Amino acid sequence: MSLLKTAITSLPGQDARFLEDYQFPAKVAFCEVPLEKFTEAAKAMKKAYALLAAEWATDETPFGRGYGIFACYRWGSEYLIVKTSAPADDPAFPSLTKRFLPAYRFERQIQSLMGVTPLNHPDTRPWIKFEDWPSDAWPLRKSFDASRPMPRVEGEYRWIRAEGEGVYEIPVGPVHAGIIEPGHFRFQAVGEEVLNLEERLGYVHKGIEKRFESLSWEEGFRLAGRVSGDTTVAHSLGYCMALESLAGCNPPERAHWIRALFLERERIANHLGDIGAICNDAAFAFMLYQMMVLKEALLRTNHRLFGHRFIMDMVAPGGVSADIDASGKQEISAELDRVSKEFERLVTIYEENPSLEDRVRNTGILKPERAREMCTVGIVARASGLNLDCRIFNPFPPYDQYDRLELGVPVMITGDVHARTWVRVQEVRESIRIIKWILENLPDGPISAPLEKPSPDKAGFSAVEGWRGEIVYWLQSGPAGEMNRCMVRDPSSVNWLGLEQAIHGNIVPDFPICNKSFNQSYSGHDL
Amino acid sequence: MIRILRQIFRTGIVTEPLPDGASEVEVVGRRLEEAVMRRFRRSITIRQVDAGSCNGCELEINAIGNAVYNCEKYGIHFTASPRFADLLLVTGPVTRNMETALKRTYVSTPAPKLVVAVGDCGGNGGIFGQNYASLGGVDKVIPVDAFIPGCPPTPAAIMQGLLTLLDKAPAK
Repeated sequence: MSLLKTAITSLPGQDARFLEDYQFPAKVAFCEVPLEKFTEAAKAMKKAYALLAAEWATDETPFGRGYGIFACYRWGSEYLIVKTSAPADDPAFPSLTKRFLPAYRFERQIQSLMGVTPLNHPDTRPWIKFEDWPSDAWPLRKSFDASRPMPRVEGEYRWIRAEGEGVYEIPVGPVHAGIIEPGHFRFQAVGEEVLNLEERLGYVHKGIEKRFESLSWEEGFRLAGRVSGDTTVAHSLGYCMALESLAGCNPPERAHWIRALFLERERIANHLGDIGAICNDAAFAFMLYQMMVLKEALLRTNHRLFGHRFIMDMVAPGGVSADIDASGKQEISAELDRVSKEFERLVTIYEENPSLEDRVRNTGILKPERAREMCTVGIVARASGLNLDCRIFNPFPPYDQYDRLELGVPVMITGDVHARTWVRVQEVRESIRIIKWILENLPDGPISAPLEKPSPDKAGFSAVEGWRGEIVYWLQSGPAGEMNRCMVRDPSSVNWLGLEQAIHGNIVPDFPICNKSFNQSYSGHDL
Repeated sequence: MIRILRQIFRTGIVTEPLPDGASEVEVVGRRLEEAVMRRFRRSITIRQVDAGSCNGCELEINAIGNAVYNCEKYGIHFTASPRFADLLLVTGPVTRNMETALKRTYVSTPAPKLVVAVGDCGGNGGIFGQNYASLGGVDKVIPVDAFIPGCPPTPAAIMQGLLTLLDKAPAK
């Protein structure tokens, strides 16, 4: 029996009830616990060194039930989802925030959008829901009419305050200076030093999770591809894999491999852009211009071969909708040789530049123990000593061929801007190698399999390593087999918490470079 | 330092050459330059506002500033403040939570000003449509002078769109 399952079954009273035929894929364990045992289950998970991957709620009134509250834990390659139920007339559940820090925002979000109250939560301010929303507007409830515009009401957001001699506040955003997404940051500072940073997000809340519920299963992947435009491949892949597990569809081998090819190309393109942008925020514009030329080359190749610069909408339920032929393989191979050569030259310049080193080292440190407490994922986690990568721990073909692929996962422990940059550098190298290996070994065959309609009241799950980190999708089918709920957890939902911690004690002018080294998604967080 | 200089010389100028090559980017760029010079006395300054996009459009707007498209060469600059801007480049759909900020940015931009909505979502709300959180296209909130469709539009399409607008714009 798996470690997490053992930990849950050893709960006093043996209250955990495992459901075998509800959650797919079957390797993801699923159990129900009574409401009063929800925190005890979290305690048991904490003791087993598990991390909280996501927490969400569903409105299950269409099934004649109340509200479901779900916590998804991860330990190594194991995932365990613990569900508890709250009655429809008094929806509340015990908060997990004291056990797992990322629950802090997950639960504020549950309260704000689903109207299910986390009891004993230390912060009852709404999250994503702004102060001018009617307080009884809970859009994720089935009774909420999403097509009606919401009236604006009077309200106030209570910011965290710092007082004392010489303490001042800097509000930034939502409209930022650069060409980036909107969000609000509020600094309390003394002189140049940041005492505290409070993030306020939600500006790009488009009602994505609610919108999913009005789409058919076949249409959903297009919306998933627009949850965060820079991660379009990984998000549509996450959606498709969750749907395929729910509907019992097995995409052909070749489709999996092409998906991996797309995923790695997306990773390289974004990492190149980020490495350049981090250097640019240290006033080293040379690197940005050089990296952007390489990135542009990749995007153009994508456009020529797959019909879209970001490969949007090419991962579809059941497989992929773009294939690659011999000349395409050759083109990618030649392109990667060229990019790789240039990239290595630039990396040498990065390494040998003392003024750059001065800015990126020991700046914005997210300590390993903090990174773990925050349950961070992806590049942020790997730069702070956490060895997490879904390509290793939750692989799909070809990543499951460990002995042939020998995928390397870079882990740094310094947790500073340099570490987050260097993890990206190593990942670019690794992704180039993976793509070449995929091109050499790509199996023949069809690229798509038919998808059947899911049966009612089942759930599908997926975890995909996008370029930012682990993306989690959880789908639930309704009483007629339609989409009842689509939960999206972008890596940003947890990693934004890490940025607040990393900035402590840094100087205000270093915030842009710290922020850029995280480069989290606003849209993926706000949904 | 010597490595940096070497790399700069090795890279050379990657901005795509002016016509006879008939590359889409350059045709757009050259015509844009004429229009910019006539209407805006050599340059226009753009303030970009993300009013709710998925970040796809932002990536492509960023790309028009890279060495390959080099929008600065045609007098197109991006500014950090709406107070210095001639043109607002807005991506959508406009979310309810960004509505106020977008309106305030518009008011802060001095007249005469132009507004260009970028992307399918900025045009009509795209796949997000209109709901409790999304108000739809940019023109639902502020007056729009031009739309640049695409999901997201390519950098070349963004340059083309700007040109269309500048030809129509009243003399400044």
